[in-house]
Amino acid sequence: MISALPQRSQQMERAIRWRRSLTNHFVTGLAVLSTVVVLVPLVAILGYLLYKGASSLNLAFFTKVPAPVGESGGGMANSIVGSGIILAVASVMGIPLGIAGGVYLAEYGRGGMLGNIIRFTADVLNGVPSIVMGIAAYGLIVVHYKFSALAGGVALAIMMVPTITRTTEEMLATVPHALREAAFGLGIPKWRTIMSISLRTAMPGIITGCMLAFARVAGETAPLLFTAFGNNFWNFKLTEPMAALPLQIYVYALSPYDEWHRLAWAGALVLIVLIMLSVTLVRLYASRGTIKGGH
Amino acid sequence: MGVDIRVENLNAWYGQVHTLKDVTLHIQANQCTALIGPSGCGKSTFVRCLNRMHETNPIARAEGSVKMGGVDIYHDASPVEIRRRVGMVFQRPNPFPSMTIYDNVASGLKLNGYRKRRVLDEVVERSLKQAALWEEVKDDLKKKSGASLSGGQQQRLCIARALAVDPEVLLMDEPASALDPVSTAKIEDLIFELKSQYTIVIVTHNMQQAARVAERTGFFLTGRLVEFDATDKLFTNPSDKRTEDYITGRFG
Repeated sequence: MISALPQRSQQMERAIRWRRSLTNHFVTGLAVLSTVVVLVPLVAILGYLLYKGASSLNLAFFTKVPAPVGESGGGMANSIVGSGIILAVASVMGIPLGIAGGVYLAEYGRGGMLGNIIRFTADVLNGVPSIVMGIAAYGLIVVHYKFSALAGGVALAIMMVPTITRTTEEMLATVPHALREAAFGLGIPKWRTIMSISLRTAMPGIITGCMLAFARVAGETAPLLFTAFGNNFWNFKLTEPMAALPLQIYVYALSPYDEWHRLAWAGALVLIVLIMLSVTLVRLYASRGTIKGGH
Repeated sequence: MGVDIRVENLNAWYGQVHTLKDVTLHIQANQCTALIGPSGCGKSTFVRCLNRMHETNPIARAEGSVKMGGVDIYHDASPVEIRRRVGMVFQRPNPFPSMTIYDNVASGLKLNGYRKRRVLDEVVERSLKQAALWEEVKDDLKKKSGASLSGGQQQRLCIARALAVDPEVLLMDEPASALDPVSTAKIEDLIFELKSQYTIVIVTHNMQQAARVAERTGFFLTGRLVEFDATDKLFTNPSDKRTEDYITGRFG
């Protein structure tokens, strides 16, 4: 077949080579440009937060509660701790539930009616605006009980579940069926196979999904507005209103005082750093003891 | 010790497709029985019925009687119990990638709740020796993943894993078809060694392999067992025309 091609002149060869090289450079340049375009906002946000917020960070910021109006100083210690508590509550409820849902979808409900309903619901839930989650938690808990850290945790947990469920399902689907058969062949019951083979093999991906969900809700303000409500003082009780970083940032950013604006910037910086830190720590912890030569 | 397997009128379906039709045969204890036949003839389905793996597919079902050492595996036992007595080795080596070599071999015991350290150590060493893999991996037992081994080593690891739960029967579904000739020879040597302790059923596309390792051979075609006889007899003097056509390469 090759001999059927017309002979190319040297000139033609050179023209073709030049065109290919040009295309190659053009596409490579496009890829580099896209990367820069994606990275610029991220770096810019971090840089701007550092510029605006770093100067207001001091010991008081991490140890004191907000100062009363008219007094200077004060910090966000109670908000930092409050965010930690509310997120812990949300994770304790949302992560097991989300993973269990994903396990059902991947290992039991594949193709079934109930499975399809759950999958559809999860996708819809994923697209529900966060303020609606807040209203839902308000109607479910606050109306019958009161503003509390628990209500805030529930609102965030509901937001975490669909993301975790869908990632868990997708990660379990990537576990080769041959591994399940190997386990069945050894006389290992199905539930054991799921726990020790399927979930364990898919664990890195599932952890990524959990951290995505965590990072997303960690910065949520709207679902906490009418649930955790915020608090200017220390509170460690789940049944009482509790401060949270996003809430405090929101309140300070809307205030008319310059000092509060600066504190809001500092709060935003601390929030982002804390999220990045916790995600990194979990990843490090999860990758400890990984054996060599897997996959 | 191995047990014999008596199969009577075994039928199997995938959805509407009738893949195994009225199969009756007697597999002798402590022998190697080979099953040959063209792709899609039902031989894999047949071995998967022997440890009730067939029914893990939601659309699959099987009917008939399979008696393993006198126990009717479809009526007198649960699938999980049966699979502990019947080891299985698959076509593609499938070690657990998230586990070390040691944990792969110990998985059948560990995941069934067995935890005595000293016994596990012993079982792992014995099984790896039986699978002729011990010398190659003994220094990396708890360091390397089962997936880091070569294809042939992985398959022997899977054999060790199956032997560790101390089965009576070993089913091998084309265990060497994804391996190079050297690894294949090792697996065949192994089958020879293991026969004294286990009943072995091997599915193979390689007729020389069947002739080398098996005392008896069965020929499957379109879901039926066409002929089942001593291996020598089946390959040199088959009584069915279709068997002769197949082994002389006229079709399939």
